[in-house]
Amino acid sequence: MLCTWGRWMMAAMRHNVRNLYLIPYVLWIALFVAAPILLIVYYSFFDIEGKWTIANYEKFFTPIYLKMALNSFWYAFLITLFSLLIAYPTAYFLTKTKHKQLWLLLIILPTWVNLLLKAYAFLGIFGTFGLANAILEMLGIGKKQILFTDFSFVFVSVYIFIPFMVLPIFNALEELNPSLVDAARDLGASAWTTFRRVVFPLTLDGVKAGCQAVFIPSLSLFMITRLIAGNRVITLGTAVEEHFLVTQDWGMGATIAVFLMIAMAVIIGLTGNRK
Amino acid sequence: MKRNRTWGQIYLVIVFVILYMPIFYLMYYSFNSGGTMHHFQRFTFEWYKEVFHDPRLLIIVINTLVIALLSATISTILGVAGALSIYYVKRRRAKNLLLTFNNVLIVSPDVIIGASFLILFTIAGIKLGFISVLLSHIAFSVPIVVLMVLPKLQEMSPTLMDAAHDLGANQWQVLTRVILPFITPGIFAGFFMALTYSLDDFAVTFFVTGNGFSTLSVEIYSRARQGISLSINALSTLLFLFTILLIVGYYVISQKGGRLYGEGGRR
Repeated sequence: MLCTWGRWMMAAMRHNVRNLYLIPYVLWIALFVAAPILLIVYYSFFDIEGKWTIANYEKFFTPIYLKMALNSFWYAFLITLFSLLIAYPTAYFLTKTKHKQLWLLLIILPTWVNLLLKAYAFLGIFGTFGLANAILEMLGIGKKQILFTDFSFVFVSVYIFIPFMVLPIFNALEELNPSLVDAARDLGASAWTTFRRVVFPLTLDGVKAGCQAVFIPSLSLFMITRLIAGNRVITLGTAVEEHFLVTQDWGMGATIAVFLMIAMAVIIGLTGNRK
Repeated sequence: MKRNRTWGQIYLVIVFVILYMPIFYLMYYSFNSGGTMHHFQRFTFEWYKEVFHDPRLLIIVINTLVIALLSATISTILGVAGALSIYYVKRRRAKNLLLTFNNVLIVSPDVIIGASFLILFTIAGIKLGFISVLLSHIAFSVPIVVLMVLPKLQEMSPTLMDAAHDLGANQWQVLTRVILPFITPGIFAGFFMALTYSLDDFAVTFFVTGNGFSTLSVEIYSRARQGISLSINALSTLLFLFTILLIVGYYVISQKGGRLYGEGGRR
């Protein structure tokens, strides 16, 4: 691979001075894109003592890790689904408001607040005496353990990812030609049929982009699982972090990372094909 | 139809309340003398005083800002070079290959970026700390700058450059007098995005930060794992205000930048 790059650069330099720009950029690609991927794959073939082995891969296909992988996919699926269910109407109603751009900015603004601070806020809100329990008590349901449950994990993750889902759907809805909706209505389609047969299919690209932007990061979340789910939910991301930083078993961590990368490529393949 | 609209507005209001509630919840309790995130006792500035009298925290804030500014500057330079090289590459397949490589770091989960950079720095013998954090922040900001600058370049009419060449400008002059002024808004947007990505990053930094060096996100994480302390609330309120200032600043600069460019065009 690097060899190809080298030949490329030589050809580029002979070709034109303009392509001098390629040198720093290609160096960046080689050092920080290509090399790290190759290193992860390389390390996945070593055990904790530094011997060459494929035991890590064998270990990955044992029930413990397969269950963990399945769990991660299930949670990522739930998070993506709920984000979509909340974000689509939000994006839809946003396009109907008067000061669209201002409202959109207000949706994006919370993403500039550090993710950890938002997770930390939920430590207070979901705590035993926090806001959520106060509301539950007011409704007569009584105190519940909310923190450190699956529910809190999914809720906080959905909260964090909503803006990333709203944005591409909003853009897709904005590109939609309104006369198409009018035409459908004139031809006698009900509001629901118009949505199902015209609006939704035409904004599917936005939905796909949003799902991609939510699903991939939620597969590998680790600080929310630690802070909010109190180590109850172990995802592939948590496992990678643990192997690299706690148990120092880089080989196994790298193996899980390889599977995450494969999953990522598959998801992009499925949701991608944007122009 | 009208009733539909009011339902829509109610829905939006609920979403906005949920989106902003945690942020304001944090801010509200940063003034609580009680020391917990429930049962507001008395109004106090105690926690803000604590933040400003904590030298360790102040050093971390400075670290974070230095890393953000340096990495944003360097990645903007690299990103502009990258966008220019993608723009100049004529063969379609080569262009797509470059773009694919460019997007790898954008779609990769943070955990994988962090883990692979940790391996990279360990193999290269770079000590974990300031340098490793700076390098990784530069590395993951470059593709964002490229994506911000590239559309601006594609907007530019190639005849502009041809005209400059015909009038005897050399490569350097074409770059500094024609191309760069035209893509300035994209460069600003890229710089700003790189800045926010760097300030916001937790996962990658967490992997490559080592022992002695810490940024704000990592510090907040280690404090939050020990439970609730209202100095984090005070800090987050200050950060939120700083973020809003940054955004306002960005808008003012981009407005001004646009106007300056307009004037330059007229002259």
